[in-house]
Amino acid sequence: MDLDQEHDWAAVNEALIADILEAYPPKAKKNRAKHLGVAQPAPDEAETGETAGSRCDMLKSNVRSVPGVMTIRGCAYAGSKGVVWGPIKDTVHISHGPVGCGHYSWGQRRNYYTGTTGVDSFVTMQFTTDFQEKDIVFGGDKKLATTIDEITALFPLAQGVSIQSECPIGLIGDDIEAVARKKKEETGKPVIPVRCEGFRGVSQSLGHHIANDAIRDWVLEKGDAPEGGVEPGPYAVNVLGDYNIGGDAWASRMLLEEMGLEVVGNWSGDATLAEVARAPKAKLNLIHCYRSMNYICRYMEEKHGIPWMEYNFFGPSQIAASLRAIAQRFDETIQANAEKVIARYQPLVDRVVAKYRPRLEGKSVMLYVGGLRPRHVVTAYEDLGMVIAGTGYEFGHGDDYKRTGAHVQPGTLIYDDVTGYELEKFIERLRPDLVGSGIKEKYPVQKMGIPFRQMHSWDYSGPYHGYDGFAVFARDMDLAINNPVWDLFKAPWAREEPSTSNAA
Amino acid sequence: MSQLRQIAFYGKGGIGKSTTSQNTLAALVELGQRILIVGCDPKADSTRLILNAKAQSTVLHLAAEMGSVEDLELEDVMRTGYKGIQCVESGGPEPGVGCAGRGVITAINFLEENGAYEDVDYVCYDVLGDVVCGGFAMPIRENKAQEIYIVMSGEMMALYAANNISKGILKYANSGGVRLGGLICNERQTDREVELAEALAAKLGSKLIHFVPRDNVVQHAELRRMTVLQYAPESQQAAEYRTLAEKIHANSGQGVIPTPITMEELEQMLMEFGIMQSEEDRLKSLAEADAALAAAAEKVPA
Repeated sequence: MDLDQEHDWAAVNEALIADILEAYPPKAKKNRAKHLGVAQPAPDEAETGETAGSRCDMLKSNVRSVPGVMTIRGCAYAGSKGVVWGPIKDTVHISHGPVGCGHYSWGQRRNYYTGTTGVDSFVTMQFTTDFQEKDIVFGGDKKLATTIDEITALFPLAQGVSIQSECPIGLIGDDIEAVARKKKEETGKPVIPVRCEGFRGVSQSLGHHIANDAIRDWVLEKGDAPEGGVEPGPYAVNVLGDYNIGGDAWASRMLLEEMGLEVVGNWSGDATLAEVARAPKAKLNLIHCYRSMNYICRYMEEKHGIPWMEYNFFGPSQIAASLRAIAQRFDETIQANAEKVIARYQPLVDRVVAKYRPRLEGKSVMLYVGGLRPRHVVTAYEDLGMVIAGTGYEFGHGDDYKRTGAHVQPGTLIYDDVTGYELEKFIERLRPDLVGSGIKEKYPVQKMGIPFRQMHSWDYSGPYHGYDGFAVFARDMDLAINNPVWDLFKAPWAREEPSTSNAA
Repeated sequence: MSQLRQIAFYGKGGIGKSTTSQNTLAALVELGQRILIVGCDPKADSTRLILNAKAQSTVLHLAAEMGSVEDLELEDVMRTGYKGIQCVESGGPEPGVGCAGRGVITAINFLEENGAYEDVDYVCYDVLGDVVCGGFAMPIRENKAQEIYIVMSGEMMALYAANNISKGILKYANSGGVRLGGLICNERQTDREVELAEALAAKLGSKLIHFVPRDNVVQHAELRRMTVLQYAPESQQAAEYRTLAEKIHANSGQGVIPTPITMEELEQMLMEFGIMQSEEDRLKSLAEADAALAAAAEKVPA
């Protein structure tokens, strides 16, 4: 892709959108047109003092997908079990309902954790009530109670149980709250019912919200869960919305601890239920994935007076900016420590940039991820000299698009809940040097001859957070883009001219 | 063997569907028809008068006991009652848990797959009062029941329910073959009951099949877990049910696609019959009452 400055990318992208919408019937066309756009120049750039910035909040988001299109979204159950609750390692999460939802989410995302699986940690295990027809007709509460009894007997070190509702639970009106209360009495351990039936809401986003509310109502407000005997000191912080994909949370926690902060809880990658329960004792909530955990931040702010702030640990420029902003919330010692941490890692950053930037400079990338990374990883690419051609959210809301403006340049293609057809056409026409999205998009994109990285799971790699993560990130992008396999994409007799080292 | 006829009785809860259907079927069996009753109500009381006992083993309870419905045999759930009438109850959960609608679907599929409908002339579905979800519409979907008989009376809510059930029939009439067989009026001794029933039937594009008069013998028979046909075969009421049975038997293939009316039309009809006051009349009478009160109040200080 030619990113010559002479190109008017805004005009090119506007024309591209108009062209792609032509394939739709009128009603779908009208609907989808509101979800596709081009980042506009930021109106008050001088006032905000942002050197780079645009406006992306004109897009419509967080509404129902058009029936008949291939959407990449998930469901509320995926948002609760798969994202928020699933990584809490010492709690057993029951997929309550027929076997499919649990079976196909078996193994979880790549939420790394320490502990012994099956003894004190259960993240990669799968528990389900495996509904049969009779459970639908006569109700599944009895089976749920039996399942909790069996878990209690088989896994005495499990610190609690969460009940993740699949669709039929809401349809037949199973009283899971009554079972939870009864079993909590009997076992003495927290039992948390979560009403995350898949049909609720328009995407996994509502599942995050429901999961946050369940933590609020059944863990924080009830105070049932033990807090692990930790008495947080003056530098106690919680890290929220870091799911420890490929070890992200560990690479992040390290930096915070090096600058003298005490991380008393990490939600929910590698988390224990006690960490979740004691969160209100911290002095500050640091939120990485805003979309999935802003709800509980707002609650803790209102109820416990804990301030919260967003931060970004993707790429050295954002890491340094975030470390300084976090340090600003504390005393001079911490502020001095932050500078020391930044200085300590600067040689690493310099080496990574020196090695990879020449190989990646000017390469373009298109992103399509969940609710945070479409904006948060942008600067990490820019630190390597790469350019964002397009980005979009599966389940972002208006406030996400508002925040996106600070990260992308005017003229960038922006797409919300992009359909399979649209994404394929965008990639085909823009032919970026790299696409970063999920497993469903990976192979079609590679078959188009375009390098690809999974940006939900870090493609079996990671971490990507923190300074250590940046080194891995830079290496992975280089591996994908400069892989010699792309030279072999065209058959020898179909090549017009001898290929260059880069397929782009 | 003649063509299998599948009929169903619907109507407002408590209107007497089960009583009417069992009495009618007991009369139909006298005409030499072989009958299967499928009770589609978790209460499992659709075959009580035929079996002279409440059904003990329903499809769903047995299926739950044995593990799944696939483990069931037809013999386990079929009971033979009065004059050889075959009886099955779908059963279902106790109130407030689970999904009874799914139970009805499961039970009917089981019966069909296991050949319960072979060697009978009539299959009759008795469905619980309010068609609350898709499961209870099962007999009118998928070409199950061909003719629906709505049991109703001259009471407002019964008329309202009859109209609503017609809407349900209309919904499936074009995709499946379901038709409205007609209305059966169970006398409640309301004003101008026959005329009202006939008027509604006409509005629905159907007919009043029979007007069943009120008779205490029904109550006596029911207390003894019997149909009137069995308890008092020579009674006038037994004769009424025989007439109804003959009319239904002769009504084969004469069902119609109903033309349900709007709520406003229904209310208009009730006003025409003087059962409901029109808004104007109501305001007028209210104004008169107010005026009378005011007049009375004025008189007091004087």
